[in-house]
Amino acid sequence: MCTDIERMSSEKMDRLKEIIHKYEGVPGALIPILNEAQDLFGYLPMEVQELISKELKIPLTEVYGVATFYAKYTLKPSGKYRISLCLGTACYVKGAPLILEKLKEILKIDIGETTSDGLFTLEETRCLGCCALAPVMMINEDVYGKLIPEDVENIIKAYKNRD
Amino acid sequence: MKIDDATRLAEIKERVEKSSRLSKGDVTRITVGMASCGLAAGARKVLDTIKEDIQSHKIDKVVIVPTGCIGICKLEPIVEIIRPGEEKVSYVNVTEDKAKEIIKKHVLEGKPVKDYAIKDEKGILSVEKSSFFNKQLRIVLRNCGIINPEDIEEYIAVDGYKALYKVLTSMTPEEVIDIVKKSGLRGRGGGGFPTGLKWEYAKKAEGTQKYVVCNGDEGDPGAFMDRSVMEGDPHSIIEAMAIAGFSIGANYGYIYVRAEYPIAVRRLSIAIEQARRYGLLGRNIFNSGFDFDIELRLGAGAFVCGEETALLNSIMGKRGEPRPRPPFPAQKGVWDKPTLINNVETYANIPVIILKGAEWFSAIGTETSKGTKVFALGGNINNTGLIEVPMGTTLRKVIYDIGGGIPGGKEFKAAQTGGPSGGCIPKEYLDTPIEYETLIKFGSMMGSGGLIVMDEDKCMVDVAKFFLEFTVAESCGKCSPCRLGTKRMLEILNRITEGNGTEEDIKKLETLAYSIKSSALCGLGQTAPNPVLSTLRHFRSEYEAHVKAKKCPAMKCRSLFKYTILQDTCKKCGICARNCPVSAINGSPKEMFVIDLNRCTRCGTCLEQCPFNAIIKSSMGEGS
Repeated sequence: MCTDIERMSSEKMDRLKEIIHKYEGVPGALIPILNEAQDLFGYLPMEVQELISKELKIPLTEVYGVATFYAKYTLKPSGKYRISLCLGTACYVKGAPLILEKLKEILKIDIGETTSDGLFTLEETRCLGCCALAPVMMINEDVYGKLIPEDVENIIKAYKNRD
Repeated sequence: MKIDDATRLAEIKERVEKSSRLSKGDVTRITVGMASCGLAAGARKVLDTIKEDIQSHKIDKVVIVPTGCIGICKLEPIVEIIRPGEEKVSYVNVTEDKAKEIIKKHVLEGKPVKDYAIKDEKGILSVEKSSFFNKQLRIVLRNCGIINPEDIEEYIAVDGYKALYKVLTSMTPEEVIDIVKKSGLRGRGGGGFPTGLKWEYAKKAEGTQKYVVCNGDEGDPGAFMDRSVMEGDPHSIIEAMAIAGFSIGANYGYIYVRAEYPIAVRRLSIAIEQARRYGLLGRNIFNSGFDFDIELRLGAGAFVCGEETALLNSIMGKRGEPRPRPPFPAQKGVWDKPTLINNVETYANIPVIILKGAEWFSAIGTETSKGTKVFALGGNINNTGLIEVPMGTTLRKVIYDIGGGIPGGKEFKAAQTGGPSGGCIPKEYLDTPIEYETLIKFGSMMGSGGLIVMDEDKCMVDVAKFFLEFTVAESCGKCSPCRLGTKRMLEILNRITEGNGTEEDIKKLETLAYSIKSSALCGLGQTAPNPVLSTLRHFRSEYEAHVKAKKCPAMKCRSLFKYTILQDTCKKCGICARNCPVSAINGSPKEMFVIDLNRCTRCGTCLEQCPFNAIIKSSMGEGS
């Protein structure tokens, strides 16, 4: 584990400590802290969970239990662009499965996987609440609505070209 | 800054009206819908363009206001312009170029741009007067799309915090609870429990420390009314929670919002901060001696957290697993203290009920379901968006008169309500009034108000499978009926849709469904079989077609239909082969083209692309 800690930027670990201290005395702060840690690191590596466990004085099993319960948290680093395809009812009815197929075909990965170049992670989400724009997907913070399978290739290409 | 009496509230109202932030002075008000739908449709760029244009034209006496969602999402981005003394004009599907033209012609020259505005045969209209709106009754959504959600003074100008003032300065907690009880308001989050009764239980519960919680974990796929209220009218929730706190004897509240709603989180944070600054949260509100404060808690993506005991665990930083009830949250909630939990839409009704009275509210709706209900219209319907109608409105009115019917001239097949806990209502019941009881009678439920319309092309077995996939993925795993039972149900549904099902499978599906319903720990598991049971009840023949004739009547289940090239009609142009994404069409212009069914993924591209209608879709084992 030691080498991992060294590899983890110490600056970020210091930032994490600040985050934890910000919640001092706030009951039930584990989830708000994990939320900020996930945003800070992009995932929740074991040493991050260990530090949170130590600082909050709660068992690591409990931290791990919470970190693996919620969909927002990931234990593995995700790609530079997180593609969240909405598979809510409205999107499903409006053809989201066809978009998913196209994404899988183009990226050559399954849900929950990251492309070998580290660019894209494909995720499904249960309703983004933009049902009127169905089918919808988000790539990081950008929303794409009223998708048809033909759109997908160009959207992905645009992100590839950014790099 | 602190507001401590009614005079200050009235002063702010007058000032806002005069400065014309709410359109009564001599200033032009331009609003841009900036809720999630609007932003996704490009409202940010439109707003920026308008700001730049107003500056570059050096137009003064103009206020540009970002608002929440007006409800008709498919027409976003929406820009509304109210010139002093003139009727409001609503522009739809606005782009940056259209915005420039609108500013120049309408704002600068006073000539509305008819081409971009909502209109009917008589001329230009505001959204409110269009056919989508004039059949609605907006109580919950009263301020959404009208006021600036990031400006507490605009909320005060539409009589915001007046109900809290009335409660704190002239009423006892018992009187408030009595009004809520008499209003007949029932929980809008799903079950429909009488709100006043819930408040009474929480008040009677013993304990000096109590909590008020707002459930903003709107996980129901297809429902987005709570998001809209949180984004468009956050102060109405804060005001209602403070009223609830006073009534039950709590001085602290939590708003739990799902992580997928970043804009709602931001607007609520701003609103809480502003309310504190104006002394409407904090110590000694309106000099009444009542203290109340609110903290925002974010979810992290777990559907089950909409269940109240799971939500409480999540607030306390634990895995969002439900626990058995009793004890109910009213006895043992956050930190084991008595806790009142209501849903966003429920709270949004409270300030209006306090101001207008229980009689006014209970006159709206039906005998057992009072007030209005917000529905999120989605799926195969022309006017997708949010609507609010009196309880008891028929499905036909909602879908056809307000929703504009089914696109593409297709037939209505079913309306799905209640999300993964609900069911599908067939067309025989289009004329039944929608209320809590009728929906349960149909084997569905109100749920949070997602209403997904499905046309004739949808396979109901496939729809049931979709919801079971959802439940299997979202089951927290704590109790075995839900964890294992829903998985077995999904396996059976997979068999049926792949053409490997038997009549015995349908029976097994029913038996399993009833045992899960009666034995699962929480609401998620207990209602998980509803989509299967309701489709079995109303569309049993479709299940039977899948298992007996191995046919999918809607031709949706991929193992049960195929595409074929009609050799007599085919002109051998090769367009189908070139467009097939999996190269499943073989042939050359000189020979015939044939689809290799083993490779074909049934995507339908060939059929769409063929210029000669030479490709047909038919059930497996049928046709040429």
